[in-house]
Amino acid sequence: MLDFFIKPRVRGGVHPEARKENTADENIVTNFPIPKTLYIPLQQHVGKPAEPLIRVGDKVLKGQLLAYSQGLISAPVHAPSSGIILDVNDYPAPHPSALPIRMIVLETDGLDEWFTSPIPDDPFQLTPEDISLRVGAAGIVGLGGATFPTAVKLNMGRENQIDTLIINGSECEPYLSCDDRLMQERAEKIIDGVRLMLHGMESHHAVVAIEDNKPLAFAAMQIAAKPYSSIEVMQIPTQYPMGWDRQLIRYVTGKEVPVGCRSSEIGVTIHNVGTAHAVHKAIRYGQALVNRVVTVSGGAVGKPMNVEVPLGTLISEVFAFCEVNLEDTARIVMGGPMMGDSLPHAGLPTVKATSGVLALTKSELKSSEVQPCIRCAACVTVCPAGLRPLDMANNIRVNQLDAAVDLGLKDCISCGCCSYICPSNIPLVQFFKYASGEIVARQQAQHKSEQTKRLMDDRNARMERIAKQQEEDEKARIAAKAERERLKAEQASQESLA
Amino acid sequence: MMVNMKPRSGAHIGTKANVTFIMWQVMLALMPATAFGLWLFGWPAINLFIITLLSAVFFEVICIQLQGRAVKPAIMDGSAILTAWLLALTLPPWAPWWIGVVGSAIAIILGKQVYGGLGQNLFNPAMIARVALLISFPIEMTTWANVSPLFFSHSPGLVESWHITFSGLDNIDAKTGATVLGMIKTEFSQHHILSDILKDYSGFGNFTGWARGSLGETSVLLLGLGGVWLMRQGIIQWHIPASLLGTVILLASIFHLIDDQHFMSPLMHLSSGGLVLVAFFIATDYVTSPNTPLGQLVFGAGCGLLIFVIRTWGAYPEGSGFAVLLMNSATPLIDYYIKPRIYGRDRQGKPLEIPKS
Repeated sequence: MLDFFIKPRVRGGVHPEARKENTADENIVTNFPIPKTLYIPLQQHVGKPAEPLIRVGDKVLKGQLLAYSQGLISAPVHAPSSGIILDVNDYPAPHPSALPIRMIVLETDGLDEWFTSPIPDDPFQLTPEDISLRVGAAGIVGLGGATFPTAVKLNMGRENQIDTLIINGSECEPYLSCDDRLMQERAEKIIDGVRLMLHGMESHHAVVAIEDNKPLAFAAMQIAAKPYSSIEVMQIPTQYPMGWDRQLIRYVTGKEVPVGCRSSEIGVTIHNVGTAHAVHKAIRYGQALVNRVVTVSGGAVGKPMNVEVPLGTLISEVFAFCEVNLEDTARIVMGGPMMGDSLPHAGLPTVKATSGVLALTKSELKSSEVQPCIRCAACVTVCPAGLRPLDMANNIRVNQLDAAVDLGLKDCISCGCCSYICPSNIPLVQFFKYASGEIVARQQAQHKSEQTKRLMDDRNARMERIAKQQEEDEKARIAAKAERERLKAEQASQESLA
Repeated sequence: MMVNMKPRSGAHIGTKANVTFIMWQVMLALMPATAFGLWLFGWPAINLFIITLLSAVFFEVICIQLQGRAVKPAIMDGSAILTAWLLALTLPPWAPWWIGVVGSAIAIILGKQVYGGLGQNLFNPAMIARVALLISFPIEMTTWANVSPLFFSHSPGLVESWHITFSGLDNIDAKTGATVLGMIKTEFSQHHILSDILKDYSGFGNFTGWARGSLGETSVLLLGLGGVWLMRQGIIQWHIPASLLGTVILLASIFHLIDDQHFMSPLMHLSSGGLVLVAFFIATDYVTSPNTPLGQLVFGAGCGLLIFVIRTWGAYPEGSGFAVLLMNSATPLIDYYIKPRIYGRDRQGKPLEIPKS
């Protein structure tokens, strides 16, 4: 009761049925057979795609660098197993469009032989900058789904001298339980990763926030964090989208991140538990990010589980391992059912962002029978960002995209609460994504036409200048000729005089 | 079109409640008060109720067909039936058949379809129809039948009810009378005071619904129970009913304390006329009310204020229809000025300042 007054109110949100029980009670499966072929996209992160430094036919070891990061915000890509490079080419991306993107295709040799790199004796003797470098070199990105390069975030945290590191263990998406299992089974490793991150940011306070529907994970993490006074483990209410970084920051610290700001600017940085685990592996064992725990669940899955798979494993192989009934599968979703994207088929690779792969039956899906909006304002009530989805959608429907932007379209986080609650089954998030894409396209088109106009103007000016020049040259030439002839005539007349 | 595309983004799961479900929940909540009203006023009321509902469906079908849209889903969403249902509850129970037909025509055609159908209308269709009928046909709309429950000896039988519904009521004075609000308004105009006017008034009768009045508005008890159930179901929120009733009670209390002979008590306000029906079922109409909690509080308070003002000082004994329509017209304005604060921005929409630490 007292909590009600002390804790800031959680704004908006919904309480979807959790449906985690199928996977949350079983250990993480670690004996996934190494696939024959792996498809490793060069872009598995926010920022610029990595640049390959191997050639077709090269033999590589597990964890060996395949493509290096380029630019300030980027991440390298490593070989998820040992084998031979078959191809570097465009293959369908794990995206609703399945449009081709650049991938490295690796034929595995089944030996799964690690590439050894030197390991520090005591990582806490390393400089904080060194921690960032190693994390960056291991290709670690935010594993909660945002896939922002972790090293960049560590650097920002260090530069801004943050006072709180929040470790996001909320896992508020239904179905998903990979973080829950990770916390239950590998709590000590996660806590070690948290300590390393604190060291890397020269910070001394971390809060691990876990939703109160995961009591076992909470208990395990509490025990693991006990020896370290700098790490606090707390329970947070179970409510979607509790795991939205800004919601969590407000709940834990009471601070609100201004629009257009990074959270580190107000002294807070947030990382996922899976990321902390990856940091532990990278620093303690020199292992790059080459696999991850994926929740495979949904009504059409025969053996739902959390399974550790090499990155680049085709979803179809994961489905075969988990005995998915493809005939019952009405929709394949990568990620959670609230924010995840539907995939057109299963022949697409798992990537660093793949927290889950769901094979949902028709009865699990929200009805797609769209009815007229009755302005019930349920979407306004549940929006954690304080937007009015119904008004935004009405404007987008009549192509008033600027009006939608004025209403806050750019502040939409695509959490899906409005679509979830809408009694008229209006695909609101889809409206917003469409509008955002359309706005970018229009800006690009406008930019392009401006560019074209500029080039045209330049060309006209240049042509004019040339024409003018030629005219002047011509005039000069004629004048010179006249002069020459005058001189000649003069000379002739002088000669004749003489 | 985009809408017909296979959804690619979330949420892939969702609540099962759809528009149809919501409409039927509201009707279910209205059921006790409706059943009581139909029983209380007997066969003529049943005739009127059925006629109003059927004609609403008829007009809806015509409109939808003229628009070239699929008829079945539009009818099945239950919105036309609910509109007619609400309208019927506000009509005098023994009104002739054409009142129901004309009322439904106004509600469905002018109140809803000319705006573009469900979700597009600015005003509550049932209230548009009620007010239009009241202004156009003042006699028929203020002829209030005596309480004459089904199967009571003095109540009209089935055959007699057809006569009442289709060719009018004879011997009007013996079978009809004034409502409490109407009587008070008339008596006040003759400079009588409340203690004289209310000699025969039964507070209990009015509260339970054993009184003259509109078909389904008499039983405050049953309407209130239905409304509370709707809140429990999460179909309506508490903001509008609470602020509407709260405003009326507050104003009535103040004036009643100042002068208890010329101003009705809050309890009397509450148990008379259409106040409770309006508070729980009409003002809470999603389409025509604001979409933020604060906006809804303002809207409810505005309705309450107008109801009290019209009842106390206006020409009409009851003002709930007018009050709702007036506040409906203010809804876009309320929604424009009262909106939620966007995360990370101040109320004006500017990004928050970075706190200095």
